[in-house]
Amino acid sequence: MVSRSTNIWRSVDWVTIVLYLVLVLCGWVSIYAASYDFDNASIFDFAERSGKQLIWIGLSIVLAFMILMVDFRVYETYAYLFYGIIVLLLVATIFLAPDIKGSHSWLVLGPVSLQPAEFAKFATALALARSFGTYGFSLKKRGDLLRVVLLILLPIVLIIAQRETGSALVFVSLIFVLYREGLSGLFLFYGLCAIVYFVVAVKYSGEMWGAVAVGEVLVFILILLVVAGMLLFYQKNEKAARYLMLGYLAVSAVCGALFYFDVPVNLLYVCVGATVATVIYLLVLYFSSRSLRILTILATAVVSVAFLFSVDYAFNDVLEPHQQKRIKVALGMEEDLRGAGYNVNQSKIAIGSGGFWGKGFLNGTQTKLRYVPEQDTDFIFCTIGEEEGFWGAAGVILLFVTLIFRLMVIGERQHSAFGRVYAYCVVSILFFHLAVNVGMVIGLCPVIGIPLPFFSYGGSSLWGFTILLFVLLRIDASRAERH
Amino acid sequence: MRKDYKLAKRKYVIGGIVLIVACIYIVRLFSLQVLNDDYKQYADGNAFLKRTQYPSRGLIYDRNGKLLVFNQPAYDVMMIVREVKPFDTLDFCNTLGITRKQFNKRMADMKNPRLNPGYSSYTPQTFMTQLSAQDYGRLQEKLYRFPGIFIQNRMLRQYPYPVAANVLGNIREVSPRDIENDDYYKRGDYTGDLGVERSYESFLRGEKGVEILLRDAHGRIKGRYEDGRYDVAPVSGKNLKLSIDVELQAYGEKLMQNKIGAIVAIEPSTGEILAMVSSPTYDPSMLVGRERGKNYSKLNKDKYKPLYDRSLMAAYPPGSTFKPTQGLIFLNEGIITEHTMYPCYHGFISGGLRVGCHGHASPLSLMPALQTSCNAFFCYGLRSMIDNRKKYKSAAEAFNIWKDYLVSMGYGYRLGVDVPGESRGFIPNSQYYSGIYGENRWSALTIISVAIGQGEVLATPLQIANLSATIANRGYYYTPHLVREIQDTTISAEFTTPKHTMVDSHYYDYVVEGMRMAVTGGTCRIGAIPGIEVCGKTGTAQNPHGRDHSAFMGFAPKDNPKIAIAVYVENAGFGATYGVPIGSLMMEMYLNRKIAPERKYLEERMLQSNTIIYSGVEKH
Repeated sequence: MVSRSTNIWRSVDWVTIVLYLVLVLCGWVSIYAASYDFDNASIFDFAERSGKQLIWIGLSIVLAFMILMVDFRVYETYAYLFYGIIVLLLVATIFLAPDIKGSHSWLVLGPVSLQPAEFAKFATALALARSFGTYGFSLKKRGDLLRVVLLILLPIVLIIAQRETGSALVFVSLIFVLYREGLSGLFLFYGLCAIVYFVVAVKYSGEMWGAVAVGEVLVFILILLVVAGMLLFYQKNEKAARYLMLGYLAVSAVCGALFYFDVPVNLLYVCVGATVATVIYLLVLYFSSRSLRILTILATAVVSVAFLFSVDYAFNDVLEPHQQKRIKVALGMEEDLRGAGYNVNQSKIAIGSGGFWGKGFLNGTQTKLRYVPEQDTDFIFCTIGEEEGFWGAAGVILLFVTLIFRLMVIGERQHSAFGRVYAYCVVSILFFHLAVNVGMVIGLCPVIGIPLPFFSYGGSSLWGFTILLFVLLRIDASRAERH
Repeated sequence: MRKDYKLAKRKYVIGGIVLIVACIYIVRLFSLQVLNDDYKQYADGNAFLKRTQYPSRGLIYDRNGKLLVFNQPAYDVMMIVREVKPFDTLDFCNTLGITRKQFNKRMADMKNPRLNPGYSSYTPQTFMTQLSAQDYGRLQEKLYRFPGIFIQNRMLRQYPYPVAANVLGNIREVSPRDIENDDYYKRGDYTGDLGVERSYESFLRGEKGVEILLRDAHGRIKGRYEDGRYDVAPVSGKNLKLSIDVELQAYGEKLMQNKIGAIVAIEPSTGEILAMVSSPTYDPSMLVGRERGKNYSKLNKDKYKPLYDRSLMAAYPPGSTFKPTQGLIFLNEGIITEHTMYPCYHGFISGGLRVGCHGHASPLSLMPALQTSCNAFFCYGLRSMIDNRKKYKSAAEAFNIWKDYLVSMGYGYRLGVDVPGESRGFIPNSQYYSGIYGENRWSALTIISVAIGQGEVLATPLQIANLSATIANRGYYYTPHLVREIQDTTISAEFTTPKHTMVDSHYYDYVVEGMRMAVTGGTCRIGAIPGIEVCGKTGTAQNPHGRDHSAFMGFAPKDNPKIAIAVYVENAGFGATYGVPIGSLMMEMYLNRKIAPERKYLEERMLQSNTIIYSGVEKH
């Protein structure tokens, strides 16, 4: 034990540790700037958020140190135990947590409150890594795939039950891990398609061509093009793709001609007709070639159309009104500067007013005068954008990208599937947090309340990410010892 | 292992996605922060409450340092619409003494972008101006009940002397047009209207200051931005010292009461206007405060048009006051010498044309002709000039030379006095007559009445006074002006450069002598002032509005003159009945600061008389 603990300082990845310390320090200073009031001065005042965050940072460093001291095998061995404990905590939280701004995700233990969802990321990552690390594990086996999917789905369901949809969505990012470990790239592609279809369908749902919503027609066209594209690039059947495209062109030409002569055309019927024709064509292709890929394309087309017809329902009946609003604001369909759009608008003003070089530390008027709500937690990126300007904001993004790439390097150098999968879990979670948090602050994503790692004020979040990161460093430090 | 290697390539896909997202975000940041300027303005609009600090408007003094216009505080009700929360409108209206309907109208007007181009719900807007001290006190006490509303101190003009309204002008709230034309103005600001308040607006108004306060998301003031480092202190307007002698001005207005007309007195050696009376006139205090609108429309509707400044806006036939110009032109053109005699048989008779005259010796030369105001002499003179085919190729050429002389004496164009509204009078040129009679279809006889200041020629009292100053100076004048000094600034060089007429200086001596003779033994006898050598010329102008206008032009003393004057009284008859007495009393008052006892009766007569009853204006 003694020899190992001296060893660890040589084998641990110092680049990551330095990046971690830089980010945490920047975060601390930003919290000071964001919660700075004209009346108080000290960054060390423990009554203020910057002072409290300093305590969290100190505890995090102790925690990191402890994590590095523990034998790396503990994490793999007890992965499922951790997972189990966290699942129990999540279940307990649903029932025990008080209502804080509509969410039931905080466990209050005397003076301290914790958000188990922050630690579920670490536990799920560990359990996932453990599964992949099992001898003979393969995503091709239906049982293994099912187990992995369940491991991811369980915390999602529990966290949604706590009404913390944002935190639950983080687990969706683990699809990158599955992809890295062999899941078909089609699923990433489907994910992208689903986002694009959703955005187009919702954004243009209000505009009508006659009796038909523009959004639906556009999505149909996209689906038809995707089918043709898959025939070309996935099935590599150039001839079939060409015939299909010629068919579409013919239909478009006929529609155009009808329009020209003022004959009313219901474009939705045209689209449905074209899709049915495409499906029949694909069936013919399948029976002539018996290619599984054709079947996949066929399924893609059918599921896409089903997805399209469920978008309306999902948007209007599954999402809550405030979620619908946030999406509409992000898509630029609504402004609502006093309601749902207020945060994003003020946050854009704060960032936009920073200019290239920023207004200088503690000189941001928008943050000082509290125009941006939640500016030391979810919207902390505003403070950086306003006071440090473009170079500061872009610098923070690049810092995160550097960390993510470093973690990918670490992941790729693992000898075990366990280490690699865990590393990619950390990468996926960090990336998702970065993309969604910064995206919402600069008005590119709907407002989803998840923190910016290492920056946003709060102990649970900082601890959660510290554990996530340092467990990886611990595993990485011993990567040579196993085989 | 081969398969694993293939999967390892997927790190590039994942890394690529990370990079693409990062790039999109950085581009977005660049467009938000560097390319787009709007957000900086929104941020300033959010955080800064810019409170305007109004400068105090420049004061106005008379030539002897007597204060004519000063400032008195007034209170405006301001509103920041975004911060107004529902309040007890009835209470608010009662406090201000307005009705609910007026309240609604004021709100609507304030928000109307056509009436108030600078409207924004984020910035202070003027809801109501010029609260009385009482209303101010009541509102101040209740102000906490009306969030978003505050009171701003402003200054109103005050006038210790109830005179010279036409000279001073007044101030009014800016119109939407003013706001459009000049960025300086915001709704509720004041600007000069008429008189020197208008023409010296840019000096008088000073520069607004601004106090930048920080305001948080709840609208609370969090102190001054950077401890006031970016605040701009207001700069007070410049004080003006007028050339007007307020006592002379007041005296002139008193003499002109119950008369319609004007007096203009000029210091010949500088062009400074000593008095500029237009009658009837009004008390400048009428156009101050909340009564302004009501009084303004009352004055505007008054049939005697008190807002019409007759001293420089009205173009009258100059009548016999025009004769000196004719003598000067004839002398300088060599048409006559000082000895040339023309006959007068109770008038000028040529063919069927007759211009009447009154009884005096005949024949006579220039100086006696001026003394007796002989019409015939100047008609002969004009005919000798216009019909002189040896010297001039055509009547048109001769006439244009005649016109050029008059222009050089300040007639026919605006003199360029430093207040708005000046009329240019009228001096016809040859094209004008050719247009009426046809080219070469007219001669001296066609236009003979211009020789005696009748017919087409028109002049403002200011131009007549300026002519008097020119004669007093023996051939040059300074552009008449009302402002003597501007604090910290020099007045325009236009007012300090002499302008010489086309007539040789020594010819003026004959005209001066003729005008002196008119006072010692001619038409202006009643204007003689003991101990002062007064020179003068009467005028009795026929006009289509009833009785003749009574006019006078003169200066004193004859040598080294201190004052040149023109008096014009509408429909008052002979020049000697009103013009001369008023003109001579003005000169006497200015030179001696008192009226000699033996002339008191004249003053009394002028004060008591009423000629307004003879005016063409319908009686009340």
